[in-house]
Amino acid sequence: MTAETIAIIVTEADAGERPWRRALRRLVRRRAALIGLGVVIFFIVIAVAAPLVSPYDPLATNWTLVRKPPSAAHPFGTDEIGRDVLARIIWGSRASLLAGLVSVSLALAVGVPIGLVTGYVGGIVDGTVMRLIDAMLAIPFLILAIALAAFLGPSLSNAMIAIGISQTPIFARLTRGQVLSVKHEDYIEAARALGNPHRRIVLRHIFPNIVPPILVQATLATAAAIIAEASLSFLGLGQQPPDPSWGSMLNTAKNFVSQAPWMSFWPGLAIFGLVLSLNLFGDGLRDALDPRR
Amino acid sequence: MTGFLLRRLALVLPTLFFVSVLIFGLQQLLPGDPATALAGEERDPAVIAFLRQKYHLDQPLPVRYGLWIKGVLQGDLGESIRIRRPVLELVEEKLPVTGELACLALLIAVAIGVPAGILAAVKNNTAVDYGATMAALWGLSIPNFWLGILLILLFSVELGWLPASGFVPPGQSLKQNLLTLIMPAFVLGNAIAAVMMRHTRSAMLQVLGADYVRTARAKGLTERRVVLRHALRNALVPVVTLGALEFGALLSGAVLTEQVFTIPGFGKLIVDAVFNRDYAVVQGVVLCTALAYILLNLLADVAYVLINPRLRS
Repeated sequence: MTAETIAIIVTEADAGERPWRRALRRLVRRRAALIGLGVVIFFIVIAVAAPLVSPYDPLATNWTLVRKPPSAAHPFGTDEIGRDVLARIIWGSRASLLAGLVSVSLALAVGVPIGLVTGYVGGIVDGTVMRLIDAMLAIPFLILAIALAAFLGPSLSNAMIAIGISQTPIFARLTRGQVLSVKHEDYIEAARALGNPHRRIVLRHIFPNIVPPILVQATLATAAAIIAEASLSFLGLGQQPPDPSWGSMLNTAKNFVSQAPWMSFWPGLAIFGLVLSLNLFGDGLRDALDPRR
Repeated sequence: MTGFLLRRLALVLPTLFFVSVLIFGLQQLLPGDPATALAGEERDPAVIAFLRQKYHLDQPLPVRYGLWIKGVLQGDLGESIRIRRPVLELVEEKLPVTGELACLALLIAVAIGVPAGILAAVKNNTAVDYGATMAALWGLSIPNFWLGILLILLFSVELGWLPASGFVPPGQSLKQNLLTLIMPAFVLGNAIAAVMMRHTRSAMLQVLGADYVRTARAKGLTERRVVLRHALRNALVPVVTLGALEFGALLSGAVLTEQVFTIPGFGKLIVDAVFNRDYAVVQGVVLCTALAYILLNLLADVAYVLINPRLRS
């Protein structure tokens, strides 16, 4: 059997397969994406099971254990007031994952409907809303989040709202672009010719066809939201002490770089690991969902 | 070209209007009475009454916006409550510091990202390509404040080669200035280098498959000449404009980098203002950032048309 024959057979098999099943099959073949997904699931399990897996109370201080290097009793060492760094990393994963989930859900819930309506309706509504979106995009993501967090007041929930609002224009812009690219397709014209109401055309015919790029963007935006939460907490605008968050742990740790380097090593590695895994998974998902590949 | 410029400018004006509305609107997010919030620690009723009158808080919203934007257009961004100085003056003072940091970071990003992108494209689907692509993904995923702390640990604490923090103006000592900025600039440039690498790689891959590159090869030119003289010149067109578009990422990154390395720039100004509840400074900094971003985007679009002969017509 020649390579060309195999290629034809594979293409034919692809053609008869449901798109989601094909995407899943392609995703399973990408080892890096699967490793990424595995690490993300690992962090989710740790966050959910924090009370069971955490070796110590993340808030319990111990003045006899101030800045102790990693040992058998405290594998990641202790911090400036004797709290166990591993326990704080485990509990801190909740803040990071929650920030990723809540802010991206908020951005999706607001941005996608805006994009659907403006892309479908067009005209002055589209023009006006898009200029507003341009205005939001003109303010750098983190600066907008900082400004919002500053005016709303520093807390984890306000940081999540700020990140969600800052990410909304990205989803609105993406969804609008996708709607514009499919709204003149034959199957949409057919749905219109059959007398479907606009609402049904948008929700039943357009939306399902633009989900893949939104899904990919949501994965990558979750990574960006986790970095943003860590950044805001690092600046003191996110999770407030003594509650643990990887960003706020790094904020304290930067004052003890030479005396207790382990304090900054582990929280940074946790952020890096989770964000890299989400990016790996997002890249793999994009390739798996891309019909041109 | 004139038509393009006019159309592009026509799009900028409404964006500017909405930016101003958004930034003015930030004040409305303050919980409770804005005058009390603006007064910060000050609880003197006279001060609160003064602020209410000064910021026209007793007037309807559209009137207040009108008065605020009128001031902004005349260069009055308000006054810092904390240090009692005009916001514009503070911005002018801090801008050169962040500007120098951002330029150095961009320089480092280009120096790393472009050659790495070329190499990855030329050695497509080899270990070099995979290595460079993976390095770019690492660069995008590493939080720059953590990278900063790690570099301080290595180069300042362990090796003692570079200062861990601070800033020396170039006028005072250029050598010290560069020594203090090299680490923060690398930290800031790292993520941009990753983006540059990805863009250069994909642009080069596209160009390397083009007919004129095949013709150049068929003429018997050396591979080096084909890549550097024929392919790169065209592949660089989108990459050049990317510099301006990455300005937002540079400024966002600068806020964190300046915090880690204690550099008295734009980023430190906004963070300090947030903690001092100096809202006029926060608004002023956000406004200047957005203005600069819109302007740079406009310049990037114009540059894109100017250096791409196909778009000029």
